[in-house]
Amino acid sequence: MKILVPIKRVPDPATTIRVLADGSGIATDNVKWVINPFDEIAVEEALRVKEKQPASEVVVVAVGEPAWQEQLRTALAMGADRAVLVRISPPVDTGAVARILARVAADEKPDLIILGKQAIDDDSNQIGQMLAELLGWPQATFASKVELADGRCTVVREVDGGLETLSFPLPGVITTDLRLNEPRYASLPGIMKARKKELKEIPVETLGLNLAPLLKVRRLASPSKRQAGRKVASAAELVSLLHSEAKVL
Amino acid sequence: MDFELTAVQQEIVHGVRQLCKRFPDAYWREHDAAHEFPHAFYHAVAEAGYLGVAIPGQYGGSGLGIAEAALLMREVAYAGAMNAASSIHLSIFGLTPVVLHGAEEMKRKYLPEVVSGKLHAAFAVTEPDAGNDITHIKTFARRDGDYYVINGRKIFTTKAQVARKMLLLARTIPLENTSRKTDGLSLFFADLDRAAVEVRELEKLGRHAVDTNILFIDNLRVPATDLVGEEGRGFRYLLDGLNPERILVAAEAVGIGRAAVDRAVRYAKERVVFGRPIGQNQAIAHPLAEAYAKLEVADLITIKAAWLFDQRKPCGAEAAVAKLLAAEAAFQACDRAVQTLGGYGYMREYDVERYFRECRMLKIAPLSQEMALNMISEHVLRLPRSY
Ligand SMILES: Cc1cc2nc3c(=O)[nH]c(=O)nc-3n(C[C@H](O)[C@H](O)[C@H](O)COP(=O)(O)OP(=O)(O)OC[C@H]3O[C@@H](n4cnc5c(N)ncnc54)[C@H](O)[C@@H]3O)c2cc1C
Repeated sequence: MKILVPIKRVPDPATTIRVLADGSGIATDNVKWVINPFDEIAVEEALRVKEKQPASEVVVVAVGEPAWQEQLRTALAMGADRAVLVRISPPVDTGAVARILARVAADEKPDLIILGKQAIDDDSNQIGQMLAELLGWPQATFASKVELADGRCTVVREVDGGLETLSFPLPGVITTDLRLNEPRYASLPGIMKARKKELKEIPVETLGLNLAPLLKVRRLASPSKRQAGRKVASAAELVSLLHSEAKVL
Repeated sequence: MDFELTAVQQEIVHGVRQLCKRFPDAYWREHDAAHEFPHAFYHAVAEAGYLGVAIPGQYGGSGLGIAEAALLMREVAYAGAMNAASSIHLSIFGLTPVVLHGAEEMKRKYLPEVVSGKLHAAFAVTEPDAGNDITHIKTFARRDGDYYVINGRKIFTTKAQVARKMLLLARTIPLENTSRKTDGLSLFFADLDRAAVEVRELEKLGRHAVDTNILFIDNLRVPATDLVGEEGRGFRYLLDGLNPERILVAAEAVGIGRAAVDRAVRYAKERVVFGRPIGQNQAIAHPLAEAYAKLEVADLITIKAAWLFDQRKPCGAEAAVAKLLAAEAAFQACDRAVQTLGGYGYMREYDVERYFRECRMLKIAPLSQEMALNMISEHVLRLPRSY
């Protein structure tokens, strides 16, 4: 079993994000970068498959700048077998990332692709779906449980109304939800071994893809400050204020 | 010149933080209150291979340096303060004399067990009648065939409640029969045999999850194979571990200090009194800024001392300076954190009182601030020796 796990580099969720004054992006000084938490869950799930089927190979892939090596190394330290970095300079839109990943998948020929349902920076929630479409593979998004048997994959997914169970023949694409697992942390021997694992860099130009962006980020803005709360005397007053002031009723 | 951590060092910092997230404040608060050793934490650290950070590869460790060990201890102290740090501190560097001078068989037998976490070791040097003046210890080891018979008392022996072995310093020649007071001392890696050693826990100010004890040693029979290196050279072997210990303790101080500053800053932004966040008052903000600055300086000199040690360069002065500045900075940071939280700072639930109690020991042990200043006066400034 070969599993491809695309990962993204994002600011640590604990970092306070500051939007640049001109709205062109966020201030990146003092930002600590980590693997997107949902992707970390994807790495963990792939490693669990490998633990059950030791002949498996887990390949992590990132589409980004040279600094993204750090997150690939972290995934290697967790236990992934090798890494691929497709080098590209921003801006890159989701469509381009999906096309690049589809190309990497065509070369690597994995049985399964597992990735986060979304990245915590832009929360797009698009790559997994686009990738499955480009490859013509089945997809199961928002997975909270994954089981593999006899060339098929059974996924329990979290949907608004409850849980849904899907089953599809491999190869396919899975995107992970928060409750799928708790990712492991790297062991010290894992960190040491990761230095010796293969990390292949591919300049994006060599892929010969048309990556003209379809999406343009015009401006980033901070959400408006939360207003202080107000105490009301009764439920009736609350209802009337929700109606007359907040206009939500 | 390069101030950047290596990729492996950055990974270690990240990995240790991830590990420590599984042991939140409540875990440490509860273990401190219950005086209970943090076994789950200790085993998690062992399982992830960190106890072997500085132990050579052929004995199951990772063979990295004191710089990596210091980063580990800094992050551990940042997360769980001294209860966390002291639970693993001795495993990380304590067996340096064994690594450097122990017989091959001793190393092969015990070091892998230290790395795996199976073997807790204590460090029995200090005695009631010989505090900082180690050469005046009275515990005596008398040779008896293939054994030594040891008698004496040790005080402040940390982890003796959980330890199966102890690195013990004893005289093998009485002080009055030696030409130099540093001669005639021998180091043993002895069994902490409860039949011959009474271990009595001491009540202390803080760090209650990790015990500190007084040991009454009564005819403890130790096989001669437990002697570390050569008889009579124990004091010199001990010196090899002193600089690493000072560096690690300095790193721990930076960690606990940073934890305190973080708590205080978060609180100062949120707590509104007289219609404004208390952090808007410079009387609250400036001391925190100062504590932050002092911790940064202490961190720098600590990493420099570790780097020197790992380059096999002299680092005695830097290690003493690091210990001195870091312990002071940590104390100041924890004190200011308590002050910033006001009445809540004095309450268990808010954790900073625990930091405050725990960080106080860093000004006393393993090297007091006074002795650090003595070292700098004498060995760096070349002032006449005062004692
Ligand atoms: C929590 C804790 C855990 C410990 N764990 C261990 C352990 O596991 N193993 C172990 O062996 N030891 C341990 N110790 C002992 C520690 O390492 C110190 O060595 C010990 O506390 C110093 O001895 P003392 O308390 O008798 O101080 P003393 O030597 O009696 O000194 C008392 C005071 O006088 C000052 N002083 C002494 N001489 C001079 C001088 N010449 N100039 C200026 N000032 C001087 C000292 O700085 C100190 O402030 C621990 C101590 C503590 C508090």
